[in-house]
Amino acid sequence: MIQVTNLSCGIASSPILKGIAASIPAGRVTALIGPNGAGKSTLLKLIAQQLTANSGSITLDGVEVSEIGARKLAQKMAVVAQHLTVASRVRVQDLIGFGRWPHSQGRLTAEDRAAIDDAIARFGLSALRQRFLDELSGGQRQRAFIAMAFAQDTDWLLLDEPLNNLDLHHARNLMSRLRSLAEDRGKSIVIVVHDLNYAISWSDHVVALKDGQVAFQGPVAETATAANLTDLYETPVAITQSDGRPFAQYHR
Amino acid sequence: MKFLPGSRKVADLAGPDGSRARVRNSVVLAFLLLCLLAVISLFVGANALTISALMNDPQALQVLIISRIPRTAAVLLTGAALAVAGVIMQLLVRNKFVEPGTTGTNEAAMLGMLAATLLAPSMPVFGKMLVASVSALAGTAVFMLLARRIPPERPLLIPLAGLVYGGLLLACATFIAIQTDLLQYLGVWMSGEFSGILAGRYELLWLAGGLALLAYFAADQFTIAGLGRTVSMNLGLRYGQVLAFGIVTVSLVSALVVVTVGMLPFLGLVVPNLVSRIMGDNLRESLPVVAALGAGLLLICDILGRVLRFPYEIPAGTIFGIFGATVFLYLLLGRRSHA
Repeated sequence: MIQVTNLSCGIASSPILKGIAASIPAGRVTALIGPNGAGKSTLLKLIAQQLTANSGSITLDGVEVSEIGARKLAQKMAVVAQHLTVASRVRVQDLIGFGRWPHSQGRLTAEDRAAIDDAIARFGLSALRQRFLDELSGGQRQRAFIAMAFAQDTDWLLLDEPLNNLDLHHARNLMSRLRSLAEDRGKSIVIVVHDLNYAISWSDHVVALKDGQVAFQGPVAETATAANLTDLYETPVAITQSDGRPFAQYHR
Repeated sequence: MKFLPGSRKVADLAGPDGSRARVRNSVVLAFLLLCLLAVISLFVGANALTISALMNDPQALQVLIISRIPRTAAVLLTGAALAVAGVIMQLLVRNKFVEPGTTGTNEAAMLGMLAATLLAPSMPVFGKMLVASVSALAGTAVFMLLARRIPPERPLLIPLAGLVYGGLLLACATFIAIQTDLLQYLGVWMSGEFSGILAGRYELLWLAGGLALLAYFAADQFTIAGLGRTVSMNLGLRYGQVLAFGIVTVSLVSALVVVTVGMLPFLGLVVPNLVSRIMGDNLRESLPVVAALGAGLLLICDILGRVLRFPYEIPAGTIFGIFGATVFLYLLLGRRSHA
């Protein structure tokens, strides 16, 4: 479990996070939702130790994240950032291979190679494995980076808006893959999403942020109500039923 | 051939293995070409040298040992080390258009050398070299801070800013040199050439070669760092340490080369870009090719320089400058989208 206590970040005149307290359960898919600028990405980066907080603590299974150490943390937690600008020409299979770096430090074992091949196959990248990253479309590149995080084979997988560049086929595939990672292999997934329907239909748990504070959090079924979501986005959101599943209607 | 369950798996494995074999073949070919060039280099020069002369004439043997072998070694070491320094710089700055010549590194090394010559003229070359290295390091560090403020969407601004910055440093150096009557030193450091290389006057370059070799052990780290800070940290790489190691390597190599043979612009830029286009930036694969191509091209330039105006010489840096500028323009105009 990731426990966030009294976490603040940003400068005094423009705080990004204001004393956040949240808990993210292990073995579940947790959706991080909220309007633009609410602090979702910042929270994710703080958890991943890519930013330093002003105050507060983040613990992973009771241990302060900042005390775990870079290599250990990379074996426990993988992060896929939102902006994946690439300036160098690396092949898809080499990129995914670097996902094994925390385990092998560059000396790939048979186990590493199997993990790489598995990630390539799972994300439909077999035909692209020899291609350079700068020759791919935005969505293909995103899949390559997600596959790298997948090959990293960590207990925790943090993704910042992974659906951004994906078509609906690959978006749904990714969500179902993340779901099965949690259900079948006990992995914990944290994902920043904007599409409420992806959040509602695939995640177990929700942490909603607004203006640097937690608006609400808890199991999806209890917290993702029309009233809560309407307040969160200051936009009318209706929850209807579609094929026996909740469906968020906010488009018009 | 071992059969694995599922024919697709076999096909998947054949791809990368096939390309790896191709890479190995081209590396072997490149190495053989390099050896051939080196042999040619040993026998080309103002002083005619033939195999029969080597057998009978002790003076010919002296020319070989004192001049030709050191010169050839110096060219190979310089070319390889500069190309390696260039590719490291490009990965760390995450910009294809930087090299020690466009980041103020060379000019800062010259300033350091000038300061050492002025303030402690009796200092041994190695000590001056150290001062130049520290100065190059400081100059590169300032450039890195500068580059960080430039938005990554404007990749061409970084080398431009670097050129302006280097120009400023050079102007300072020129001013000091004029005031102190040391302008001819500056001229020597600014034009890379190998005609003055003799046994006993190039050995520092082995250090540059050693540094390039050392960099190969961190090839994966540099490649990962080239993917950016976020990815590096996610993989548990000590990004700051890799950055520091890279900058120290680049600065030392630049200082060593500037002091021993002089500036060789474009080499660190053109060679890595050519290799990157063909085989990408995974240094584990490409670094040996980068080093070999850098050494080979510079040796061709040096041999041409000895032959074109025989028995006079044209500096290798001048010839490479013409070749490099052309390729640089081509890369600049032809590849904007990938910059």
